[in-house]
Amino acid sequence: MIGLLTVVVVVLAILAIVQIVRVFELSSEVRKDDERENQLKANDYNGKLMLLFLVLMMGGFIWGTIAWWDIMLPKAGSEHGVKTDNLMALTMIVIIAVFMITQPLLFYFAYKYRGVTKNQKAEYIEHNNKLELIWTTIPAVVLAGIILYGLTTWIDIFSNEFDEEPIYVEVYSKQFGWNARLAGEDNKLGYANVRYIKGANIMGVDPDDINALDDRVVSELYLPVNKPVVFRFRSQDVIHSAYMPHFRLQMNCVPGTTTQFAFTPTVTTSEMRQDKGVMKRVDNINKLRMEAGEEDMYEFDYVLLCNKICGSAHYNMQMKIVVVEESEYNDWLKKQTTFAEAI
Amino acid sequence: MAQVAEHLDGTTAHDNHDAHDHHHKETFITKYIFSTDHKMIGKQFLITGIFMGLIGMVMSLLFRLQLAWPEQSFPILETLLGKWAPDGVMDPNIYLALVTIHGTIMVFFVLTAGLSGTFSNLLIPLQIGARDMASGFLNMVSYWLFFISSVIMVVSLFVEAGPAAAGWTVYPPLSALPQAMPGSGLGMTLWLISMTFFIAGSLIGSLNYIVTVLNLRTKGMSMTRLPLTIWAFFVTAILGVLSFPVLLSASLLLLFDRSMGTSFYLSDIFIGGQVLEHAGGSPVLFQHLFWFLGHPEVYIILLPALGITSEVISTNARKPIFGYRAMVGSILAIAFLSFIVWGHHMFVTGMNPFLGSVFTFTTLLIAIPSAVKAFNYITTLWKGNLQLTTGMLFSIALVSTFITGGLTGIVLGDSALDINVHDTYFVVAHFHIVMGLSAIFGLFAGVYHWFPKMFGRMMNKPLGYVHFWITFVCSYGVFFPMHFLGLAGLPRRYYANTAFPMFDNLVDINVLISFFAIAGGIAQVIFLFNFFYSMYRGKKAEQNPWRSNTLEWTTPVEHIHGNWPGELPTVHRWAYDYSKPGAEEDFVPQTVPLQPGEKATGH
Repeated sequence: MIGLLTVVVVVLAILAIVQIVRVFELSSEVRKDDERENQLKANDYNGKLMLLFLVLMMGGFIWGTIAWWDIMLPKAGSEHGVKTDNLMALTMIVIIAVFMITQPLLFYFAYKYRGVTKNQKAEYIEHNNKLELIWTTIPAVVLAGIILYGLTTWIDIFSNEFDEEPIYVEVYSKQFGWNARLAGEDNKLGYANVRYIKGANIMGVDPDDINALDDRVVSELYLPVNKPVVFRFRSQDVIHSAYMPHFRLQMNCVPGTTTQFAFTPTVTTSEMRQDKGVMKRVDNINKLRMEAGEEDMYEFDYVLLCNKICGSAHYNMQMKIVVVEESEYNDWLKKQTTFAEAI
Repeated sequence: MAQVAEHLDGTTAHDNHDAHDHHHKETFITKYIFSTDHKMIGKQFLITGIFMGLIGMVMSLLFRLQLAWPEQSFPILETLLGKWAPDGVMDPNIYLALVTIHGTIMVFFVLTAGLSGTFSNLLIPLQIGARDMASGFLNMVSYWLFFISSVIMVVSLFVEAGPAAAGWTVYPPLSALPQAMPGSGLGMTLWLISMTFFIAGSLIGSLNYIVTVLNLRTKGMSMTRLPLTIWAFFVTAILGVLSFPVLLSASLLLLFDRSMGTSFYLSDIFIGGQVLEHAGGSPVLFQHLFWFLGHPEVYIILLPALGITSEVISTNARKPIFGYRAMVGSILAIAFLSFIVWGHHMFVTGMNPFLGSVFTFTTLLIAIPSAVKAFNYITTLWKGNLQLTTGMLFSIALVSTFITGGLTGIVLGDSALDINVHDTYFVVAHFHIVMGLSAIFGLFAGVYHWFPKMFGRMMNKPLGYVHFWITFVCSYGVFFPMHFLGLAGLPRRYYANTAFPMFDNLVDINVLISFFAIAGGIAQVIFLFNFFYSMYRGKKAEQNPWRSNTLEWTTPVEHIHGNWPGELPTVHRWAYDYSKPGAEEDFVPQTVPLQPGEKATGH
């Protein structure tokens, strides 16, 4: 019954609007409105609205940047992350500058040159080689700079050159969770394949590989600060993506192959918790959580999230990462069960 | 060329007589359904596209409800989604299905078929001075293949386990294994079949456009006198012909993996408690094939919109488009580059970092021709006599979003920066603004501008303005804040952000975005009303309502088969002689011969 009524109401509303629009159009015909005169008026107010829009857009942009400054990621917790952030800052300055120049030009011209009189005439300009050369060359030069800086950073990130022996850690993904495997005392990861998955051997580690015996499988990962770490990523079922936003690190986990990302964490979790920017964000979040009636308070932690659509619980696939001093890491490592003990 | 045109299509008197005869033989079915007339086929593409767009838009509003108010109960969700929203709370699987189908519909059905299909069909013959497409029959087949693919896609929404839900990019293994998610069962099969029909239709259409532009131009219509719309449609068609077949092969291989036990994309998989037989395949191979289409696809969507904008801006600025040759050159440069940048979607797939460097380089190069286009549009407005019609407003909006979205592309195309924003809301903001908004604004600009050509009536102006302003403000309101969400590290395709307390401070922004989305959605009702109302009751159009130069406005308002009564027009000049000094009016149609003493423009 309600459905039927809704349909009737909608149909009647449409009919009513049709009639209203019709009345307006007829009255305009009766008044013999001059079409061109009409368009000039429309040009006038739409041109002014264009200018108003420009003000709103620029105002909104500045307001948003200030108001939402503190929701953006805090400082980077890794060595390459600092470089990425610098590159990002420079790129942002360039693109915001271009944004702040071109948008005002566009909307200001739309306002300034709106046709408001019948005699207004446009200037006949076909092209201008000099101008065109300028705005081809300047972007080309600026981009060359950005490309060069970007590629240097990129090559630097993937150079895989270390001052000391890195720690090897396998990050293992499946629907819907993460595990990590530490290489143990020999710092060599044993061979693994999904065909070995059986009982407690959830990551499919080859039990006959001697390198595997001292490997440790964990569900919460500790890392020592200022030591290079090589992540080897695997997936058991579909593609996942290991995203660690605070380290500015991301790599897909692809079934059937291993991917890799090497980095050095430079800030321990407890240092990060003391960081002013982080504290500000955490306080704000806790204030919001209290307002929403949440009981437990949020505390900063490095986190690994899944960033490639992987199924129904994609939105809740996480692992905590704790960066600690090396001695604390060693203590923690000793407490973890080795693969040999587990099976 | 003109002779070929004469030969193929007939400019002679007896052929016109034939055309006249056809007119009388038309029945409802040959005129409105199995029509071979390009103008009717264009309208069929448009109306099918609008219908699909409506579905895609409603889907986006549904998942915006979930994103702003996660896991809260909305009766409307239960009404529309039924068993997938028990008690009005959306199920995570249907959330993924909604974003998947929203993406698929918008990218392929609205912005490829609805935009390029509509305007290539309507404008190519009309603007080059041809009686119809090279093959009217193939043109009809192209539409009906698209129609079949739309029907299959809509049907897939109603299958037991739900439609495809692996994202519009359907990466295997997620899309290949029904065990991985319910949407990868029959829903995914239907998705692939639908896309197969879609690609076949698109290929037939594109070949037709290319042949028509090359062979059927009227006397005097040299390539350098073509309106920029035609250049854009022509290059778009070439992109489609070169890239869509690759997607077809990718989907066929995926179908084989799914139903015939092959292992193109699958290897070493343990799912549902057992190891699968598949070995030796590579999921990354699919991504290479997909994006080899996928990136040109972005320009298949965008170039027609840019072409439409060039035409609408020039006409309504009463000024020649600034730097015609540079505009053509940048279309060609963008088209060429679009084939060698696909890897920028795959910086973090583990592919060789050296490849990442190459793709960063080629990707950022695209900024140069894009900058040229943007500056040329802005300069076209400079010292103009701007007639701010609805079409013009949408075109200016397009330039704005093209710049805004293009600039964030410099961040995403830089492999080192992409690591941390890849697959976050920063990407969602980027491609919705640069491709989604720009293309949809181009579509609206085209509809408002050529509505009188399509239906012989004008659209209501005040309603058009209201529609434009709400749409424009809401578009920025929806997508601009998403940059900040992305910079906060928020991944896309999350059903809810509640599992991570670190995202609790993003709730307000998500609510704001959803309000803008709902308001923007409601504004489209105004458009729909205006469209259908004006189709039947709008003010009768004059022959050349915008005082435009191009050939389509020399045809009679009443559609006739063969477009021009009598002989085909002869072209004497380029399409952009607006406000030319010495001319009486502020426009000189292409059919007007050079006046004695008039300076030729070099075209």
